Amino acid sequence: MKIVVCIKQVPDTTSGIVKVNENGTLDRASMPTIINHDDKTAIEAALQIKEQLGGTVTVVTMGPPQADVAIREALAMGCDEGVIVGGREFAGSDTYATSGILAGALRIMDFDLIITGRQAIDGDTAQVGPQLAEKLHLPQVSYVEEIIKAEEEAITVKRQFEDGYHIIKIKTPCLLTAIQELATPRYMTVSGIWEAYQKEIKLVGFEDIKDALGDDVNWIGLKGSPTNIYNSYTKELKGAGTVLSGLSVEKYVEAIVEKLDEKHII
Amino acid sequence: MSKEKDIFVVVEQRNGKVQNIGLELLGEATRLNADLKEQVVAVLLGGKGISEQADRCIAYGADKVIIVEDDLLKEFVTEPYTQAITAVCKEFQPEMVLFGASSIGRDVAPRVASRIKTGLVADCTALRMAKTPEEIAREEACGCVDATRALLMVRPTFGGNLMATLMCPRSKPQMATVRPGVMKKITKDTTRTGEKVDFKVDFTPDAMNIEILEVVKSEKKAVDLTEAKIIVSGGRGVGSPEGFGIIRELAAALGGEVGSSRACVDAGWIEKDRQVGQTGKTVRPDLYMACGISGAIQHVAGMEHSNFIVAINKNEAAPIFGVADLGIVGDLKVIVPKLTEAIAKFKESKSAQ
Repeated sequence: MKIVVCIKQVPDTTSGIVKVNENGTLDRASMPTIINHDDKTAIEAALQIKEQLGGTVTVVTMGPPQADVAIREALAMGCDEGVIVGGREFAGSDTYATSGILAGALRIMDFDLIITGRQAIDGDTAQVGPQLAEKLHLPQVSYVEEIIKAEEEAITVKRQFEDGYHIIKIKTPCLLTAIQELATPRYMTVSGIWEAYQKEIKLVGFEDIKDALGDDVNWIGLKGSPTNIYNSYTKELKGAGTVLSGLSVEKYVEAIVEKLDEKHII
Repeated sequence: MSKEKDIFVVVEQRNGKVQNIGLELLGEATRLNADLKEQVVAVLLGGKGISEQADRCIAYGADKVIIVEDDLLKEFVTEPYTQAITAVCKEFQPEMVLFGASSIGRDVAPRVASRIKTGLVADCTALRMAKTPEEIAREEACGCVDATRALLMVRPTFGGNLMATLMCPRSKPQMATVRPGVMKKITKDTTRTGEKVDFKVDFTPDAMNIEILEVVKSEKKAVDLTEAKIIVSGGRGVGSPEGFGIIRELAAALGGEVGSSRACVDAGWIEKDRQVGQTGKTVRPDLYMACGISGAIQHVAGMEHSNFIVAINKNEAAPIFGVADLGIVGDLKVIVPKLTEAIAKFKESKSAQ
């Protein structure tokens, strides 16, 4: 089975160290860059299917040249090929444009199954997976919590809802989006890291996919994105109130009960 | 003069019942419509009998309800829902479409946006019409033909560390998904009247492009933290699954619900539907008690609009103290049980008066 995993290199916004510049933009240098968590889960799920059915796992990312670090990590985990789709033409793309570009790149590749993470921790939109499936006219299942059975012609999955789940059988070719529960990503191995640097990362640019984009050639980059940013800013956090410390438990309890009474909460 | 007119809300339903998020969005649409001055239209999709929910939509703000009643829509499946919503949009040409940002909305809305070739902004926490000269100018600079009908959509990015305001200036309809528990319903008004339109969708023969082998609904009543007036939440400081016992007791004494930070859910100490935060629920109760929760931005994003926040944490440098109205530096394991006792006593003496 030929599996493609779409990944994104992101600043680690969950690392607890996020600095915002004076002008309201993010200080990206203050955060380590990582493979987006949900995407790493997708890589693991793909590798498990490959181990079961045989085949290849190709990892694809749309990003700047620095994204090669993310690709190498995926290769070191066991992926077979890596592709970076990049170019100045693509900069500033929203999810509509990004999915169009990825679709263009994927149309010139061979695949039976695409797995993406549910959402990236920078954009937090969860849109690229479904939009990519739409561009490629593929059936999709998102919020995949478990892969119950993988066969060449169809995959049986558990699709998570807030109030239950569906067990769904979906024919290949298709697209799945992975949530964290789907798999625990494996660590890179030493030999994996060595092999990762022996593999070539393919660079795909605008000229390579121009024809495969079709009408989407008008929908790339900042100018081609249907959504635009008006502004960005840090939130005014609700200010701190009273902080009590160094008191007895009884005094603490008294203070809380007093406040709750005052506010008519009890 | 643009031909797109009304503000549409795809009203989420599960098991044939309209969900709160759908009603909240009808409320928000009503508010936006005060400026747009068109109609608030509910789009109701479901299996047989879904039309019975139309009156509820009207009572909560819809001027019109477009009903697509079809067996193919009984359970949520991406392609039939995408075809139905796309057909409705093509026929009725809305100015804007709002969806709930649930696992359903976040599945179907991007697909619809892509099919209709328009922009979609996800997980919005605030919506407003462009009004100031600066806003109008920016919309026009981005190619907007009538900036007075432009929607500005605010959402958290980078895990809640940065807010962004977005526009969809050139394509229609302008689409947004909105988080549950963020917008307010209008007061239910059963005297309201509205038009009901039955719309038939010509589904393609391959619309049902997946096979549902099993549908499982959670047996226990799903917890709806977004409706709770009092929430007592536990974090890593709770220490263990058993540690949640005292949290539950305090919640019971207060007549509230139990919530959790992501750490405890990831550790398997408590169910996922208790999670409050960026990837959990957004809540705005009258009282939010954060016990043993450090207050990472991702958690705060889900509860900072609570009316009154009490935080108990051993670590005086915990960020939670930056948002708490009343912060207690102490050991929750000792304080919480004593608080439960005191509250029970207080309530007893109050009812005795």
